Parts: sequence; structure tokens; C-alpha cells
Amino acid sequence: MSAIVQDKEKGAMAPVANSSIERSAAYYRLKADIEDFYYHEADLLDDRRFRDWLDILAEDISYFMPIRRNVKFGQHATRENTRIGEGISWFDEDKWTLTKRVEQILTGVHYAEEPLSRISHMVSNVQIKAVRPNPEQPAEVDVISRFLVYQNRVEYETYTFVGRRNDTLRATQGTTQANWKVAKREILLEQNILLAKNLTMFF
Amino acid sequence: MAVKSDFDQLVDLNRGFISREIFVDADIYREELDKVFTRAWLLVGHESLIPNPGDFYTSRMGEESVILCRDKKSEIHVFLNSCRHRGMKVCRYESGNTSLFTCPYHSWTYTTDGKLQGVPLYRSLYDGVLDRDANSLVSVARLCNYKGSIWATWDKDAPDFITYLGDAKVHLDQALDCRDGREGGSEVIGVHKWVFPANWKFAAENFLGDTYHNPSHRSVDMIGIGPSAAAGKKGRRDDELEKAQHVWISFPEGHGVHSAIQPDANEYVESFLDNPVLEQYFRHCFEERKRRLGEQAKLLPFVGTIFPNTSYHGRQPRGLCAWHPHSPTSTEGWRFFLVDKDAPAEVKDYLRRYYMRYSGPAGMTEQDDMENWLYATAASTGTVARRYPFNYQQSMGAFATDHPLGGEVSTQITEQIARGFYRRWTTYMQGGDWNELLGAPAGNRQAAE
Ligand code: FES
Ligand SMILES: [Fe+2]
Repeated sequence: MSAIVQDKEKGAMAPVANSSIERSAAYYRLKADIEDFYYHEADLLDDRRFRDWLDILAEDISYFMPIRRNVKFGQHATRENTRIGEGISWFDEDKWTLTKRVEQILTGVHYAEEPLSRISHMVSNVQIKAVRPNPEQPAEVDVISRFLVYQNRVEYETYTFVGRRNDTLRATQGTTQANWKVAKREILLEQNILLAKNLTMFF
Repeated sequence: MAVKSDFDQLVDLNRGFISREIFVDADIYREELDKVFTRAWLLVGHESLIPNPGDFYTSRMGEESVILCRDKKSEIHVFLNSCRHRGMKVCRYESGNTSLFTCPYHSWTYTTDGKLQGVPLYRSLYDGVLDRDANSLVSVARLCNYKGSIWATWDKDAPDFITYLGDAKVHLDQALDCRDGREGGSEVIGVHKWVFPANWKFAAENFLGDTYHNPSHRSVDMIGIGPSAAAGKKGRRDDELEKAQHVWISFPEGHGVHSAIQPDANEYVESFLDNPVLEQYFRHCFEERKRRLGEQAKLLPFVGTIFPNTSYHGRQPRGLCAWHPHSPTSTEGWRFFLVDKDAPAEVKDYLRRYYMRYSGPAGMTEQDDMENWLYATAASTGTVARRYPFNYQQSMGAFATDHPLGGEVSTQITEQIARGFYRRWTTYMQGGDWNELLGAPAGNRQAAE
């Protein structure tokens, strides 16, 4: 394929960008900053620094993983996912329960995580959907991303969880890595019946 | 195929040994699907999942997919979810509302009462003589709407559901009735479905009243996740039964329950301290129930299993489980979470949050159960491991048969319930008649109903 054709295709792709935010230097700086934050978060979890992970969650965090259902064409928007604040989901949690989950692992006798699983979090497809008030002074950012979480447990147990996250991140002071907090997280796992015995990990 | 006497050896209740083969062997598993799951009453769902005419909810019975459906006239049906033409799964939606099920393969259509209606090119290809009745969706043989919970069996000779329940009825009632003692009135607020690599009987046995496995929940008991946890109470639930006499009961039909009898004074024990609205509501329900049921209100539920694969949690948290076999070493767990339909919104909201942190694969308590079931299954598949049976000798003979609650009643933690479950499992596997399946000694011909 010639360079000219490639350029043409690229050109054709460009307008379907992920959001209307202007691609300024501040925007790219912010995006890189958020990606760094996600890699740092993945390290905290995979290094089993669970208490440190709790520290990057806002006090008023909403952490939600709906159950996904098989519905008829045309009903996805209204019926595919269980809803936050209603009925039963996989997770519909606040910081109190997330802290309990961490405390439970740290007892050393939570047998579903004792011995601890080996877990790797991969985060990709990071896209900024909205910045409030603006990319130069971001206080709150809506970000979507994909995750792949691999778990190997004891000897032969392996599970792969793939899906997307819809986050709202909050800058506490400035925008350095340590100062982002997760204020809202919706986790869309691409499964209907959970194909795993447990969800002992964080997403 | 195992012969009749093999099962007496595999399940040796006199000595208290049960072979691991019945938990891992593929042939025994196939036989189980045939001899247990096509005869026993199985939980299919709940009427609140299909409130309106045309509503359907796809469910399971054993390994098979079924459609739970309310027809145009509001009558409830359960059908095998497989087309009579070439077997296509007719409905692959989880739930919805329809006037017709259209098979995706060659477009035969079925009405909501299961009748074959549309057959493309009926006149030219079938000479207009295809027997529609004989090609309707396969219906279960018997169905029962018991206080909103829907049960079914493939065996037309099965006794009615109430007979099948026997004396376990009053215990199951406690999960299905309103907290204030009114009959029924519950609704399902959500369903968990997940697959775990363990034999289904580990899950069934867990809820029979295996109180002995309490130590495996130590982590959650240490941190406290109950409805009074923020107020400083440890444990995974409030001990509403702290002054009660616990009873573990094995029923002749194979069911088993762990319930408790409150002392005569039957005082409310504070629970739900973390939310004053809940605390007040449950105190009110407790007093109301006492007023309504009198002496009978002293009986409170804990857990139980209705033979073979339906379990319930009666109080904190509250719900019904079905353990659907997938293979000897794999099971699909379903949990239907229950609340009183007319409970205040804040009560329902609190309960659903509590259920989520307690139950199922994301539940802090039950994650540890699943770990046990998996590794107990996995460590029992080896050739050498299979030579050594499981031990079921706990509290042998320590039960009464003259208790007003019926069955074999133990007042100490016991494996008598598990022994009773496998005693009945053996009768099914030996092809017993319904008198025997309900617990009458072999050859006793008294009427089952
Ligand atoms: S398999 Fe259903 S119409 Fe042919
Ligand atoms: Fe348990």
C-alpha cells in the first residue's frame, strides 16, 4: 500500500475522534497524566498494595459493576445492564464496603484469596470524554478505558476478565499523579453468566 | 451403569462413609441427571420475574434450558427451551415479553402457552397435515406456584409439591413469607448466575445445615460485614438467634434444614443497628409476626436445602438458590434475592446492598464457600483419592424422632442431615418408587399423597 493511500485513509479516520475536546497541548498532557495514573493504579493492585489503592479512591466513590443481560435488539439501552442503585448487580459499592474487602484480604485467612492470586491489570483505549472546567485546569475528568484482568489462582485456576470502565476522576490539588482520585467507576464486564467462581479482585 | 447394590456400597450410612465417586465420576453424574433431575421437584423461578401476560424468563432444570412463561391468559408454564423441529434453542433472551416465540433456525413459531403455531410452507411441504399438538414445546409434567416460587418436575407420577415438601414446608415458608408473618408476598429483586468448578452436591450439602464449616468464614467474621457492622458488631450477620435453641433437621424426603426455636419470651434481638429505619422496621415486623403466629413465631429459619438442588437463606441475607449441574465437576449457581414486595424503599435498598456484599461470587462470605467446593472437588478426582471415602460420622445417632417439627431433629451440629440427603439420593439412584422417595421403607405401599 502506497504512502499516499495510507495518508488518505488516516485522513478519513481522523474526524471520528473520541470527543470534541480540542487537541491542545494541555489536552495531551492531561491524557498522558491520566494514563500514568491508571498504570500506577494497576501497579498498586498487582503489587497487592491494597491500602494504597484505597487511598486513591475518593471518600464518596461509587463503584459499580452491573450484570449484563441478553436482551432483544433495540432494548440494549434500556434493559441490557442492571442499574446502579436498583436491584442486584455484581458490585454497587461505596468506600466502606471496598475497605471491608481490603481488610478481608489482609486478614490472611480469606481463603478465596489465600494464598493470594497472581493478577495483572492491563488498561488501554483511554479516552477523555469530558473535562471540567477545562483541560488547562482540570478538576473533574470523565474517562473511558478498556481493561483486561488476568488472574492465576493457586496452580491451575486461570480467569480472564475483559471489559470497559467508565470513570470520573477528580483532581484534588494540581494534576500530579498522586493527586487523582477515582470518584466514580462503572465496570462493564463482557460476560452474561459470570464465567468465574469468584470476583475477589478489584477492577 | 452402576447396578442397584453398587449404591449401597458407595453410600455406606451405617458406617458413615460416602465414596468420592459420587462427586466426580462421569457415569454416575449422567445417571444422576436421569434418575434425580428428571423426577424430583426443581426450583425454576419466581412469579415476580414474569408479572404480566406474555412475560418470559429463561431458566434451567438440571442441565437443560427451560422457558418460564406467563401466557396471554396469565397462566404460568414451563417448557423445554428446544425446538421440536431440529432442536434449536427457541429463546436466547434472558427475559422479556412476547406474543410468540420464533425459532431462529427455520422459523417455526410457538405461542406463549407452548403450542406450535406457524410452520413456514406448511401446505406445500407438509401437505398441511403436520400434527401441531404433537410438536408443541415440551412442557414439564407438573408445575407448582408455591407462595410465588415456581417449581416443576418432569415426572407425571410425582406427588404434588406440598406432599413432596413434607415437614420441611414450615421452614421453606420462613424464606417465602413476609417478615411480619403474612403468607407469601415476596419478590425477586435480582438474580446472580455464575459457574464454578465443583460438584453440585457440595453446594446443596453446604446449605443443608453444614454449620460445621463456620471456621472457613473466619475472615469475614473478623472484619464484620453484617447490618450492625458499622456499629461495631463483628460477624457476617447479626445474631438474631443468640438465645434460640438451634435445630438441625433431616426430613425423610431428603430435605434438610437448620432452623432455631426462640425461647418462650421470644424477644426481639437488635439487628440492623446501622440504619434506624431498618431497625425500626424489623422490630415492627418481629412484633407483628409474633402477634399473628403466636407460638409458631418462635420458629425462625436459618438455611436449608430442598432435595435435590434448591437451597434457601431465610433471614440475613434472604434468597433461594438453584445449583444447576453442568458436569461432574462444574455447577452453575443461581441465586434469587428476595424481599417483601411491600417493604419500604429504604429497607429494600439496604437489603440489596447487604445481599451483594454477603452472597455469591462477589460476596465476601460466599467466596470462601466456593473456594472450598472447588478444591474439595479437585482433590477428589485422583485414582488414589477415590479409594478413600468422605467421612460422615459426625453426631451419629444424636437425634430425636419424636420432635413436633417432624423428621430427625438434632440439637447439636450434625451430619445426620447430610446422611439423610444421601440416603434419599441413593433411593433415587436405585430407581425407587415415589413411596420410597418420600421416605417410606421399601415395599410399603401406602399412598404417597
Ligand atoms: S429447529 Fe426450530 S424451526 Fe427448525
Ligand atoms: Fe458458608
